[in-house]
Amino acid sequence: MRKYLYRLEFVVLKRESDIDMSATQIETQTSPTIVKVENLSKVFGELKAVDNVSFEIKEGEIFGFLGPNGAGKTTTINILTTLLKPSSGKAEVCGYDIFKKANEVRRNVGVVPQEYTADEDMTGINNILLCSDLYGIPRSDAKRHAEELLKLVELQDAAKRKVSTYSGGMRRRLELACGLINYPKLLFLDEPTLGLDVQTRTAVWKYIKTLKEEYHMTLFMTTHYLEEADHLCDRIAIIDHGHIIKVGSPEELKESIGGDVIVVNVEELEPDISPDIAKIKLVKDVKKNAEIYRIKVELGEEASPQIMDLIRSKGLHVTKISLTKPTLDEVYLELTGRTLREEEVDKLQAFRQRATIRRARS
Amino acid sequence: MEKTELNEQTSSENSSVQQKQNEENLAREQQPFRTRPKMSTSPLHGLWALTNRDLRKWYTNPIQLFVSLIQPIVWLGLFGKALNFGTFIAGSGASQAQQDLILKNFFGTTSYFSFLACGMLAFIVLFTSAFSGMSVVFDRRFGFLNKALSTPVARGSIVMGKILQSVVRSLVQSAIVLVIAVVLGMDTTHFTPLGIAGTFLIIFLMGTGLSALFTMLALRSGDWQTQMAIINLLNMPLLFASNALFPAKIMPTWLQDVVKLNPVSYAIDAARQLLIGATGMTSLLVDFSVMMGFAIILSAIGIVLSWRLLSK
Repeated sequence: MRKYLYRLEFVVLKRESDIDMSATQIETQTSPTIVKVENLSKVFGELKAVDNVSFEIKEGEIFGFLGPNGAGKTTTINILTTLLKPSSGKAEVCGYDIFKKANEVRRNVGVVPQEYTADEDMTGINNILLCSDLYGIPRSDAKRHAEELLKLVELQDAAKRKVSTYSGGMRRRLELACGLINYPKLLFLDEPTLGLDVQTRTAVWKYIKTLKEEYHMTLFMTTHYLEEADHLCDRIAIIDHGHIIKVGSPEELKESIGGDVIVVNVEELEPDISPDIAKIKLVKDVKKNAEIYRIKVELGEEASPQIMDLIRSKGLHVTKISLTKPTLDEVYLELTGRTLREEEVDKLQAFRQRATIRRARS
Repeated sequence: MEKTELNEQTSSENSSVQQKQNEENLAREQQPFRTRPKMSTSPLHGLWALTNRDLRKWYTNPIQLFVSLIQPIVWLGLFGKALNFGTFIAGSGASQAQQDLILKNFFGTTSYFSFLACGMLAFIVLFTSAFSGMSVVFDRRFGFLNKALSTPVARGSIVMGKILQSVVRSLVQSAIVLVIAVVLGMDTTHFTPLGIAGTFLIIFLMGTGLSALFTMLALRSGDWQTQMAIINLLNMPLLFASNALFPAKIMPTWLQDVVKLNPVSYAIDAARQLLIGATGMTSLLVDFSVMMGFAIILSAIGIVLSWRLLSK
């Protein structure tokens, strides 16, 4: 119901954001740039997988690529991690050109791919040690490091078990540990919670937050879960058909399509106090329909008591009040013209594909 | 006077450096996971890890080893024992000396079984190498290849790892086939340590060249069906258009030319000369030169292609 109410509002009220910058944005604007992408394109035959994309990632932030399957998220990650060569454009990762200094880029970044890449026939710890060998980390360091990582992702107890006995969540955590073996400055996470149950997803979110907050790592993640982007990312780029449609913090994106909505029911039909409500500083628009006021505001939590006070001071009685915050759902719908429901099919397909792979491997 | 001062200074500097280092070490221990590990810049790092990853699948799975040995043994039994050319000629009424002469003229030895056993050594190398490309396909399919490519490991090491693991398997499996052949009655009168060492050297060269060939054919592919088709397409001609089963002499001239172009023939020729003292197709020097060239050229092509083809 609340969502429905909101939908009505957001069609009517659309305006450019003039809200104060969020705390995270202020913080990241002062940080140095760690990824710089300029006019990057990748063409596969006729298909433009990534089409003239430019963006920057600041050190210490979680930057998210949000978009439907096939939008070019993984292709972008593959280019930035030197797996794919771009058709045109350039990019710098950790200060190194992805083309000329590919090996330096590889040393400085970690990758957690979408697939489960761990070797099923090997134990968890041996998988991590294999990864460290690929980075050329000496064995003595690697062993200590592997144990720390296993502790971080809470897999110490399963370290000596074969990966084929692991659950999906354990595999995902192992992938995370493998991606961290070189203690990267920048970690790429491609759909880190795809197909995971809610509990494991929460756990993965916790690790991601730990990496940012405790280890000051920069993270670049792709996702098509809106709540994930909303929960984790400092800034989000909405990408569709290889284009970046919009970049901003979750708050900014939500603000860009309209602020909070307060719906107040009062007992009395008359008088109409809309002009008075509109005078409150945070209020941007008021609409009255019978005894219901639909008020569009900035900072709903602060505006609502003021509105309540005003209504009471006019001698009216409030019978009901609700505050609706915009969600990324609406942003997504607005910008890509698609809802998340349409993505569910792909998610299922992705899951089936994974199940097939697992069966093929066992 | 000055000197002692200087000494004192350096020693105090040393101790302060040491202290600093101790503090750093302590900090490192107290703050795990915050110091970046050192990374080797050697171009060969990770090569053994990649090789061992594939080898582990084989030596921890005895069934795979056993199954891969069945085929050459069955061939030894069926061809080597059933197609007994000795008895075939014995019915002609020729004297023993004449029979031996005929056999020697055809096979370079009086024992067809021994002749074939050398061919079977090449057979097991050929079939082991053919499947080296298969693991590239599966690594690509399951994402391990991308994972490896995102690390600073040399692209050439990824290919060399595949080649090496296949060569190690070839050497071990051919050694087992040789032992079984001896048990089944292979002629051992010409065995010498140097001959056996030379045989394994030629097997090493052949395995390197062939697995480089099959690996590079799989570099771009993520499709195991196509890979299977390629293996079948190449394996049989490589085996039959060689001197593995019959000497080139008894073949039509056009096929003899093909046999001479087939590197497998040179490896078998060398093995026959070294193990059973058979008169060969060509000299040992030519055999080794051809196989050396084959191994080096194909490995080099494989490494160059890995730079270009592994990442799209």
